[in-house]
Amino acid sequence: MADGKKGAIVAGFMAPHPPHLVYAENPPQNEPTAECGWEPLRWAYERARGDLANLEYDTIIVLSAHWQTYVGNHFLGVPHFKSKSVDPIFPNLFRYHYELNVDVDLARAICQNGADDGLVTTMMENPDFRVDYGTIVSCHMMNPDWNKPIVGISSCRSASYYNVEVMQEQAIALGNATRRAVEASGKRVVLLASNSLSHRHFTTESEVPEDMSREHIYNHNQYLWDMQMIERIRSGRTREMIDMMPEFISQSISECDAGGLSWMMGAMNFPNYPAEFYGYGTVIGTGNVVAGWFPTKQDAEAAK
Amino acid sequence: MNAFVKGLIVPGIPHPLLAPDQNPGWQQLADGFAAAREDLQAAKPDVLLIYSTMWPSVIGHQIQAHPEPEWVHVDELFHALGSIPYKFRIDTEFAHAYQQAATARNLHARTVAYDGFPIDTGSVVALKLLNPNNEIPACIVSSNMYADRAETIVLGKAANDALLAQGKTAAAVSVMTLSNRLFTDWIEPHEDRIHSGKDEEWNQKLLEFLADGRLEDCAQLSREIHRQIRINKVVNFKPFWWLTSAMGAHNRYEGKVHAYAPLFGTGGAVVSLTPSPHGIGDKEFDEDDVEVYGGDRNVLNTAQTAGSDVPAATPPTPAVSPTTTPAPPAAGTVRTNKAPAPVGAYPHARQVGDLLYLSGCGPRQPGTDAIPGGAIRDENGDPATYDIKAQTRAVIENIKVILEASGAALEDVIDVTAFLVDMDRDFKGYNEVYAEYFTDIQATRTTLAISALPTPIAVELKVIAKP
Repeated sequence: MADGKKGAIVAGFMAPHPPHLVYAENPPQNEPTAECGWEPLRWAYERARGDLANLEYDTIIVLSAHWQTYVGNHFLGVPHFKSKSVDPIFPNLFRYHYELNVDVDLARAICQNGADDGLVTTMMENPDFRVDYGTIVSCHMMNPDWNKPIVGISSCRSASYYNVEVMQEQAIALGNATRRAVEASGKRVVLLASNSLSHRHFTTESEVPEDMSREHIYNHNQYLWDMQMIERIRSGRTREMIDMMPEFISQSISECDAGGLSWMMGAMNFPNYPAEFYGYGTVIGTGNVVAGWFPTKQDAEAAK
Repeated sequence: MNAFVKGLIVPGIPHPLLAPDQNPGWQQLADGFAAAREDLQAAKPDVLLIYSTMWPSVIGHQIQAHPEPEWVHVDELFHALGSIPYKFRIDTEFAHAYQQAATARNLHARTVAYDGFPIDTGSVVALKLLNPNNEIPACIVSSNMYADRAETIVLGKAANDALLAQGKTAAAVSVMTLSNRLFTDWIEPHEDRIHSGKDEEWNQKLLEFLADGRLEDCAQLSREIHRQIRINKVVNFKPFWWLTSAMGAHNRYEGKVHAYAPLFGTGGAVVSLTPSPHGIGDKEFDEDDVEVYGGDRNVLNTAQTAGSDVPAATPPTPAVSPTTTPAPPAAGTVRTNKAPAPVGAYPHARQVGDLLYLSGCGPRQPGTDAIPGGAIRDENGDPATYDIKAQTRAVIENIKVILEASGAALEDVIDVTAFLVDMDRDFKGYNEVYAEYFTDIQATRTTLAISALPTPIAVELKVIAKP
């Protein structure tokens, strides 16, 4: 524990990573430019950023669905990365020049805690490694100044290899390992679960990608399932949400199969209070939520 | 006619490239790649065309068209094995031709040519080991994660179309493992083995088929292979489908298994298939052949039916992305997104000498495939009410668009052949609308009664113009 001070998770955000959102923001780091697009989600992120700006924190920890590993969870283990991220699926929208710092000490601590708990964990120490676009998008949307170091965690694909139950057991265990490492570090950290809810895409794209007359949920079934999850997010029934996950994932092809949301809920001890719900929107047919839980704020409220 | 002189199956996991000295099996696979390389050089293909299961796409299929993609690649899982610097030589002309051929078969396809585009580990491994000096220009096509058999088969056929159009030969490379079950914990190199006895049995069966040149039989087994020995990393198991359709869907090959060994639990095999008249021959095929992709249930392209009486009687046509960068049309061919998509491998028009020939054109609306005036049959195949005048008007408007895309105008038309599916019912209405447009033009005309057209329409016109 650094300086004898107990570290804490000060916030956890659902921070989906459609590259379309960065594309529509027109930041200087991204090569393509847009006229507009996906404003409800971008405004949701804007509000989330506003709340984040009111917090003191040291590090952002992000678990990304797009760093896919089949042998446990991996952690970025190089202090500094500078490169270009090109989305292999939407390269027309996302060609982003990034430069970021990694909190390697905290990454190593979580990695070690996970291994101590029986998980397969690995530090990624190849300096030529290209950070996945999911990590880049979620971090950019929450902190476009990139003025905080990150801990980047891969998605272990145990939902594919075994089933959602195994994935959740491992992800929640990783969440516990994360919480203990954060507390021992003395740092104040923010968690990002970088994934969508329902995740069936359209397989064609509008001629103008940001043509919002073409944007909507892929099908009604996905929407209904997304609303089921959102109801639980908004009412603080996160245990119930995690319990529903196997059916939700199979019914809506959800990107929650990456484990990000289960990991974050585990790390935050399954919040039983409503999330700050910033917004819901679709991106090329997928359902996306931006929402945040604030344990320290909740503790302060409870102490009144 | 088929333009593929060789087919190869190779694994994309990086151990044979980065760590062959750490395990005898990985070395065998590296040696197998070397043997396949010799096979390849002897076959002298013009293009090395890679279909990689490790490059998933969502928006149709993507085709690499950067002339010299260059990067230092690191695998997202096996990053500790080291970095892979690469610089490849891509046949960009072929890439564009492939995109056009795929579009002509109603697929959604686009070329990608961006600095820093992340070429997948499988393609990088295959190109580094099969074509280390870039002697053969390459091309890479993605594996759409939602595509199933029909779409993948049509994608394979489009590859052959593009080669024939360019007068080139190619070697087709499917980047895939047989069984794909990786260990989920780290192992020492000497501990590597096929993940399970069941995986091994299936792998041996596939190797037996491939050694006998029974590629189409493997393709017919793809769904079962997927169920038995594949982790669902990317939806369904497509590489056999693509490879067999590209090469002609048969079992007449000389097969050679250059190497087979475990790759972190998966079944890694290097196999070459050489077309031969002496193969094992064809047996019955259980699944249909597919020429043209019929589209999926894509809500984007069926939205036009909302609040409208216009039925979408034919499958929706994917919109063409602005990032598509088609090459100049070959040999006077004309294609345009403003006209209804062809339902086969043909252009909208072709200029030969002074004359411009248009393919037969119906009333379908570009982008949506809606039929003005309604389809002649409903979704159950029963006769439906339709308006021949509206259909005829739409046909002529489509022809005007194609003529304009070809640098011509309706006034340049010199000959018209009209096809009606019901002469008795429709001639009068068709003739009235025809007169509105052609009275002053005075093109020669022939009107024929035929039994059916490929889509549920009543009228089609074929014209010749002299711009």
